[in-house]
Amino acid sequence: MIYDFLYNLTGSSVLAGFLIALLPLFAFILPFALFAVLLERKVAGHIQDRLGPMRVGYHGILQTIADIIKLVQKEDIIAKENDKLFFNIAPVLTFVGSYAAFAVIPFSSIFLGAKIDLGIFYIIAVTGLVVAGILMAGWASNNKYSLLGAMRSAAQIISYEIPTILVVLSIVMMTGTMSLFDLSENQTGYFWNWYILGGPSMSLQKFLLIPFMLIGFLIIYISTLAEVNRTPFDIPEAESELVSGYHTEYSGMKFAMFFLAEYANMFAVSAIVATMFFGGYQSPFGYLGNSLNMSWLIPLEQFFWFIFKGIFFVFVQMWLRWTLPRLRVDQLMAASWKYLIPIAFVNLLIIGFITLI
Amino acid sequence: MSIKTEEMVLNMGPQHPSTHGVLRLELTLDGEIITKVVPHIGYLHRCFEKHCEVMTYPQVIPYTDRMDYLAAMGNELGYVIGVEKLLGIQVPERVEYIRVIMAELQRIASHLVAIGTYGADIGAFTPFLYCFRDRERILNLFEITCGARLLYNYIWIGGLSHDLHPDFVRLTKEFIREFKPNLKELNNLLTFNKIFIDRTANVGILPLETAINFGITGPMLRASGLKWDLRKDDTYSVYDKFDFEIPVGSGKMGTVGDSWDRYYVRVLEMEESIKIIEQAIAQLPDGDVTSAIPKKIKPPVGHIYSRVENPRGELGYFIVSDGSTSPFRVKVRAPSFVNLQIMDELCRGHLVADVIAILGSVDIVLGEVDR
Repeated sequence: MIYDFLYNLTGSSVLAGFLIALLPLFAFILPFALFAVLLERKVAGHIQDRLGPMRVGYHGILQTIADIIKLVQKEDIIAKENDKLFFNIAPVLTFVGSYAAFAVIPFSSIFLGAKIDLGIFYIIAVTGLVVAGILMAGWASNNKYSLLGAMRSAAQIISYEIPTILVVLSIVMMTGTMSLFDLSENQTGYFWNWYILGGPSMSLQKFLLIPFMLIGFLIIYISTLAEVNRTPFDIPEAESELVSGYHTEYSGMKFAMFFLAEYANMFAVSAIVATMFFGGYQSPFGYLGNSLNMSWLIPLEQFFWFIFKGIFFVFVQMWLRWTLPRLRVDQLMAASWKYLIPIAFVNLLIIGFITLI
Repeated sequence: MSIKTEEMVLNMGPQHPSTHGVLRLELTLDGEIITKVVPHIGYLHRCFEKHCEVMTYPQVIPYTDRMDYLAAMGNELGYVIGVEKLLGIQVPERVEYIRVIMAELQRIASHLVAIGTYGADIGAFTPFLYCFRDRERILNLFEITCGARLLYNYIWIGGLSHDLHPDFVRLTKEFIREFKPNLKELNNLLTFNKIFIDRTANVGILPLETAINFGITGPMLRASGLKWDLRKDDTYSVYDKFDFEIPVGSGKMGTVGDSWDRYYVRVLEMEESIKIIEQAIAQLPDGDVTSAIPKKIKPPVGHIYSRVENPRGELGYFIVSDGSTSPFRVKVRAPSFVNLQIMDELCRGHLVADVIAILGSVDIVLGEVDR
């Protein structure tokens, strides 16, 4: 485990814990954000029959770095009417909310920030901070568009947490664990052991579960789209109506914080979906390390598969964003309360019955 | 005890991503429900009408371009037809055909912008760029014809500034051939998208009665169900020689006259425009396009109202001549200006997001609203 390694290195459990908490940020979130922003622009470009950034570096690979340098140089504007304290806290809080979720996400069998048993529960609780940050930003900006955006965002995230939780509940009920690490370990072996295909046991249960797991996956994917404010649910920042919603008034690095939080969030939800339904860090075809008798290779392979799955779902989010129009706020609520929640609820019951068999 | 709620006044614009220019909408909101919309205009006022009074007749043409800058050919055509009638000039066949081709290409270009930006307003950004890609090719056609891409000064009194480029016919045919499948793709991507239909069907329903009372023209009026198109009903130029349909709103996805109908009428009109262009190119006669341009333009005392079907509706010019070389008065009936009046009527009771959907479906060009 990386924690043990760090503990031996520093000789202090506090320092080791501190370092391991920083690790996802520096080893993963920042590089990922750099990559994802570029990916987003390239995906958008190619979907829209153009090339995307091409000037900075080979095929624009340095574009995000140039953007960040620009953002760092920007003046940090705080308008006179802003509520300074909350205005300054809000981006940090939003970022913390999405960053803290990474603590329990197992990147591989040895790379896990905190091995707590309540992993999923913790994520659901801690991402609630994002809502507080968004509301705070909207209120402190003292701008009508920001406020409307923040209100919508809060309403949306709270409504869509319910179907998410119902699906999570069905998984928890079926497996009896809330730990993301245990969930990943359960799905070891080949891809037919993934929960999307009914889980590892080879029984009648597995085959009965498959359709309902698919439904569960679709529900949770749709709701996570809404939770991270992506199209077709990007109403809080609908630029055609609300300019850019709750972060209209932000500039410079504070804006970059929101931006970073958005991309970190995108990966976090994709990682959770991948962990719950697609085997987490488990390879779909067995490990090269096993066949070559090189056990040190396995964690690296696991890391690769985890990132691959996560980025695949992030790519699907981008794909949807550049294809679909945006729902209206009442239709968004209707989609959650009238369709997703009842379906998720029935799905939960059915999965419960099947588990009892 | 009842809770007292206050209405909020929200200024949308003049600098807002989707007011299509410098329009300011003063929205009165009860929560997110619209109770009143007051459009404030005039941010782009350039004294077009007053300006005309000190210009000679041909000098006015470039200024007409700048009104509805997305449909400059149509603007020129309306003005030029009026002055030609005052002068009593008959222009050669070839000129008429080229004018029709240009006006119809311009209609496609203009509708592409309308549809694309409408998609962007609803949140679908990709169709917007697809539309602009196709519009770009039309602008290229205009560029090889007269050198300008947006404001052409191409249609002159009595003729045209240039004849067609030798490649024009070939390139136009090529464009039409490639544009047809693109239009189909656009329909698949946007027009029949479930979310798009949910956002636009049954939103901002404009009953025919109200439309007529407000003097609405163009695709908006047709979407409400009236088959009224000046190209057929008060035909001008050589439009009577072509075979085309007038699409009207059918309420296919909701109610007749909703935003989706207004959008879809524009899509269908592009198909009809393609038909007209194809026929016009096939029949294009030979001739000299500058032969009928008069040396001295000095219409006799009198006045005329000439109107053409622009992409946004009936564009009318009331031209008064006092016998001198410059018009005594030019009054423009701008379709965008008239159509914009309906905003309050259409938006009341809808949500903020619908204002955008409705404004996009009205399809205004601020250059024309303010002049």
